[in-house]
Amino acid sequence: MAFEALTDKFSKIIKRLKGEHKLTESNMDSILKDIKLALLEADVNFKVVKDFIAKIKEKCLGLDVYDKLNPSEMVVKIVREELTTLLGSGKSDIFYQNNRTTKIMLVGLQGSGKTTTAAKLAYLLKSKLNKKVMLAACDVYRLAAIDQLKELANNIGVTLFEMGTNVSPVEIAKKADEAARLGLYDVLIIDTAGRLSIDEELMQELNDITNTIQIDEKLLVVDALSGQESLNVANSFNEKVGLTGVIMTKLDGDSRGGAALSIASATSLGIKFAGVGEKISDLDIFYPDRMADRILGMGDILTLVDKVSENIDEKEAKKSVNKLIEGRFTLDDMLKQMKQIQKMGSMKGLLKLIPGMPSISDEQQELLNKEMRNFEAIINSMTPEERENPSILKNSRKVRIAKGSGKTNADINRVLKKYDQMQMVMKQMKGKKGGMLPPGFKF
Amino acid sequence: MGFFDKLREKFKKKDKSLETYDSGLKESRDAFTNRLKKLSKKYSKINEEYFEEIEEILISADCGVSFTMKIMEELVEKAKKEKIDSPDEINELLFSIIFSSYLKDDEETNKDLSFDKKPEIILVCGVNGVGKTTTIAKLAHRYISLGKKVLLIAADTFRAGAKEQLTYWSEKINANIVSGKENSDPASVVYNGLEECKKNDYDLIIIDTAGRLQNKVNLMNELKKIGKVIEKEGFTLDESFLIIDATTGQNGVLQAKAFKEILPLTGIILTKMDGTSKGGIILSIKNELDIPVRFIGLGEKMDDLELFDLSKYIHGLIENE
Repeated sequence: MAFEALTDKFSKIIKRLKGEHKLTESNMDSILKDIKLALLEADVNFKVVKDFIAKIKEKCLGLDVYDKLNPSEMVVKIVREELTTLLGSGKSDIFYQNNRTTKIMLVGLQGSGKTTTAAKLAYLLKSKLNKKVMLAACDVYRLAAIDQLKELANNIGVTLFEMGTNVSPVEIAKKADEAARLGLYDVLIIDTAGRLSIDEELMQELNDITNTIQIDEKLLVVDALSGQESLNVANSFNEKVGLTGVIMTKLDGDSRGGAALSIASATSLGIKFAGVGEKISDLDIFYPDRMADRILGMGDILTLVDKVSENIDEKEAKKSVNKLIEGRFTLDDMLKQMKQIQKMGSMKGLLKLIPGMPSISDEQQELLNKEMRNFEAIINSMTPEERENPSILKNSRKVRIAKGSGKTNADINRVLKKYDQMQMVMKQMKGKKGGMLPPGFKF
Repeated sequence: MGFFDKLREKFKKKDKSLETYDSGLKESRDAFTNRLKKLSKKYSKINEEYFEEIEEILISADCGVSFTMKIMEELVEKAKKEKIDSPDEINELLFSIIFSSYLKDDEETNKDLSFDKKPEIILVCGVNGVGKTTTIAKLAHRYISLGKKVLLIAADTFRAGAKEQLTYWSEKINANIVSGKENSDPASVVYNGLEECKKNDYDLIIIDTAGRLQNKVNLMNELKKIGKVIEKEGFTLDESFLIIDATTGQNGVLQAKAFKEILPLTGIILTKMDGTSKGGIILSIKNELDIPVRFIGLGEKMDDLELFDLSKYIHGLIENE
């Protein structure tokens, strides 16, 4: 997942900050240099990095953090604030037209993922927002681009409008617009060919489309793996066709998200969606503020809660989260929790959302699944009393459980350690009160 | 004779491929070299600030922090030792340092396919959207023009329309193609392709694979399986090329690392160099993993894929027509 490496770097930096008793201008300089290198290695545009560092420096000076005891909290706060500003605040949604078809056009460089994203977006609007969606195939240049969209549209049961490759994209868009209007479609999504922003002829073609039919959203599709140039590309597309937003793709790669950070901070364009996987359902609405917390290793409880509520009965979820926070959390609850979480998708994706949890690889994920089976066997071999209050588990009980479950003493200790860790994390969260949990989860 | 003069001397006689380089690298030249030139006009004498600006130019060309630092260290040291203080000379020194850091042992850069056995088998891999299928068509076209008999194996059974895309290309360039059903096992398509190869005599087999992000273990293992099938059928995989898109950021190093663990990568094909990106990631990759660039995509035309030649590349970056 994107931002992972950046998160690692930042957590090291924050740890270092917390270790400093006093901040002086000189150790602050070296910390700022670390931040700078971390951002550059993450492909954040160097101009953005320069501004970012300058702002933090200025704010630290303004707040007079130097030569005071334990100023690290203040600095972390400043970094977090700036990072959130960097990512842009608030989510930016699509503005739907109520009395006519909302028209969305996707543009971008070759290979950024426009066609796949067009289908993913169509699926999202159809399945989550109950919109009647039409896809229009205006990429007449790349071989088999229309076949690709046709196949995808077919798979998700969305109408495809196409006129082959011998008609100009402007004409196709115009006819698609008519068809969408007559068919009372809520949304028309236009897929266009990949193009370089310096290709005047093809850029003009986009303008011809927007001059012919009224486009409501012109979204630039940007590859999260791209480097320093992504900001210039976004600016130049914006200048030439007047964008309304951005969709980041391939955020499930281990890129460090620099392109997203750069575009969000140095253009006025909001990132509206993010592609996070190979499946057609893998397009998420992008929340910048949550992303800042994730980068700083503070987890992303809100997204976790979203996932929970999508997959679990809300009442049940509230109950278990409340229990967790109040410390009335038993081994049974832990098992139940783990099973439910498993239902929501891979542990790998979810762990990232929980503060303080380390990230894992796919192999580790496999091990986790195995561990999960171990946990189940062990917990099922305990008495209800033991599950309720694991602290009574002394050696003789452990020997019995080991025999019953066919596991070793060490395995049992692992379960207990996990239990302790979970409680610890929740205690920490409780300490951080406010902001971390949504209103529905008061305690 | 300075570094630039030596290059100019070498390419006194222009050939067609040099022209492709010069025209394909126009955007990079405008952004990279002209920025350096502007810089040298701004400063009459070099100072720390000047070096900082060079550093920024390298970073913004996606050369990566560690490679940039390494180059800058060497540049500062050499400038001091050789008492160079004019910006123009520093710029030239910069290019020559980059050049020699790439060519550690003076190895040849423009290494073509060997064709020392029949068939020569190439596997092409990379993340999504870098231009694998188009590049394969260009590669095939290159060797068909040289009189080779080429078979394409469309082992991207995952992406919608991928098979159709390569099939259209094969018709355009007159190559034979073996493809499989959508979502079928790519290794089985490769197997069928090799069967075809046993029946008919081919000089070159090129295998197209689905784009995959390098952190997806299952998809990466699929590549391993393809390698095994080739071996089992009594063939050898001669070249595994990783396609890297010139817009790629520092993630490119991780890509190369991960693919190298799965396949014996023999080179990189750098695509989309005609855009505004500078492709500095190849320097980072060469520096950290010593994987050379073998081909470079310099435009949208069929003939715009060239053997990578570092001298021509630098010529394209510095020379104004």
